[in-house]
Amino acid sequence: MASPTPIPRALLLIGLAALALYPIAGDVFYVQLFAKIMIFAIFAMSLDLLVGFTGLISFGHAAFFGLGAYTLMVLSPEYTAASLWLSLPLAVAVAAMAALIIGALVLRTSGVYFIMVTLAFAQMLYYFAVQSKVLGGSDGAYIYVKPDAAILGWRPFDLGNRVHFYYLVLALMIGTYALLRTVLRSLFGRVILGIRANEQRMRALGYPVFRYKLAAFALAGGLAGLAGYLEAAQYGYVNPEFFGWQESGSVLMMVILGGIGSLFGPILGAFALTLLQDFLSDEAIFHGFHKHWLLPMGIFIILAVLLLPRGIGGFALGLGRRAPEIADD
Amino acid sequence: MTEPILRVSGLSKQFGGLAAVSDVSLELRRGEVHAVIGPNGAGKTTLINMLSGDLAPSAGAIRFEDREIAGLSADRIARLGIGRSYQKVNIFPDFTLLENCRLAAQARLPSSLRFFRPALDHAALIEGATRALRLVGLEAPWDRLAGRVSHGEQRQLEIAMTLATEPKVLLLDEPLAGMGAEESQRMVALIARLAESHAVLLVEHDMDAVFSVARLLTVMVNGRVLERGAPIAIRESPAVQQAYLGTAEPDS
Repeated sequence: MASPTPIPRALLLIGLAALALYPIAGDVFYVQLFAKIMIFAIFAMSLDLLVGFTGLISFGHAAFFGLGAYTLMVLSPEYTAASLWLSLPLAVAVAAMAALIIGALVLRTSGVYFIMVTLAFAQMLYYFAVQSKVLGGSDGAYIYVKPDAAILGWRPFDLGNRVHFYYLVLALMIGTYALLRTVLRSLFGRVILGIRANEQRMRALGYPVFRYKLAAFALAGGLAGLAGYLEAAQYGYVNPEFFGWQESGSVLMMVILGGIGSLFGPILGAFALTLLQDFLSDEAIFHGFHKHWLLPMGIFIILAVLLLPRGIGGFALGLGRRAPEIADD
Repeated sequence: MTEPILRVSGLSKQFGGLAAVSDVSLELRRGEVHAVIGPNGAGKTTLINMLSGDLAPSAGAIRFEDREIAGLSADRIARLGIGRSYQKVNIFPDFTLLENCRLAAQARLPSSLRFFRPALDHAALIEGATRALRLVGLEAPWDRLAGRVSHGEQRQLEIAMTLATEPKVLLLDEPLAGMGAEESQRMVALIARLAESHAVLLVEHDMDAVFSVARLLTVMVNGRVLERGAPIAIRESPAVQQAYLGTAEPDS
């Protein structure tokens, strides 16, 4: 099956090198912004596992992003730090478990119903967070001390340091990419690609498809939880908007913009969407009109979807190969 | 005569007020092609859909080996050893010929919840897939995309995928549909060969093919079994002639 052709691979490596070197010379503001974008890249890749590779269009993926974030908040003592090594796996596990339970219910539906019912579950969590005093209600809650990376007194890096945090996120983004790439080439990966292509035929061949969709849903949920955890750790703050449909929508937009069904597409989508928003809402450039940034943004997205049906990633892939193939990279 | 491997009794399917299949009984044996013929709308595909688990029967029993399987899910039935092919080509058009069959062979593994085992390292699956491809006579190269090969080859692929799941019973729903004369002949020879080691249920409109390969024929009309017997007996049955000539044109 398709392997990355030289051009996209070269682009990928150049992009990675640029990201790895950026903090050495770059502006502090952008170090922070890029870290945020890479967190969204993890989030978007996790959603693409569902949308692009399993054929499940979830409009409630922020449910698991929010759960990862709130898990960190709940685990953080008020004046001391939570252990990174404890709280991070726990946040991922909580999100994955929730995805397992929610998935067991929502995966009984399909098509438009699936879109609506995933949205409904995310909204339920949203209202739960709004109502709950323990979780900080509609104002959200602060995480005053960042998670501590110390192992038995030795601290390999410090999350309070923006550059350290940046590299941690970069490493986790690469790790997520590598993990999903491995999974997509595994026996399991081939099954979900088959389900996306022709679910009914998979059933006739003998695959209990529900089980595989549920596993994909839980894996995607866990990774979204990882992204949520990092987002909460970066800004030291959570609020119910983490669960919001805007969050689910914008990550879906990143996947669509970047290119459904490729792994680096969502990374490109996260960069494109966030940087564009940052640019269009820049007062210094647009004087006053910057308040209306959603307007040019909307026009851009419509044009992108019309002109680049396979997303930015698909366009980049097209530079390397012409024949339609299954992108498993 | 050997013991039947699949025994269907009193099988019925109601769609609202319409009885698509009523009270059908039949038996399949290893080493034998049992053909089901009848005019369009006779309920042949509905019958196959119930045997494969794509549809749940309204009434009746399906005994496979020593197990009651009526109403089990399609994937359970497939894993027990009943494979089917479809009247309309039902493949993975964006996958290669080999991957279509490899994925079919993979369905035999106890579980595919294996997230780190590279799919292409599993030599036994590739072997099973290539065996099936060779058996149906699909020519290499097998890295062609399934959606881009000829219709005849897609039909062959359809059968190869079913074979790659290593079934004991084959349910073939119009395997000759849309095939040229030469391709049809090869397919008939293949079905005869497969019948040596499988129990085959064949639904087909091509009467020459049916009469040359089937040992037993069941004629269905309006969801019911009209007649059953050896090909010669069926050919001469006045009831069958009446049904074909009197109520509908024979489809061929």
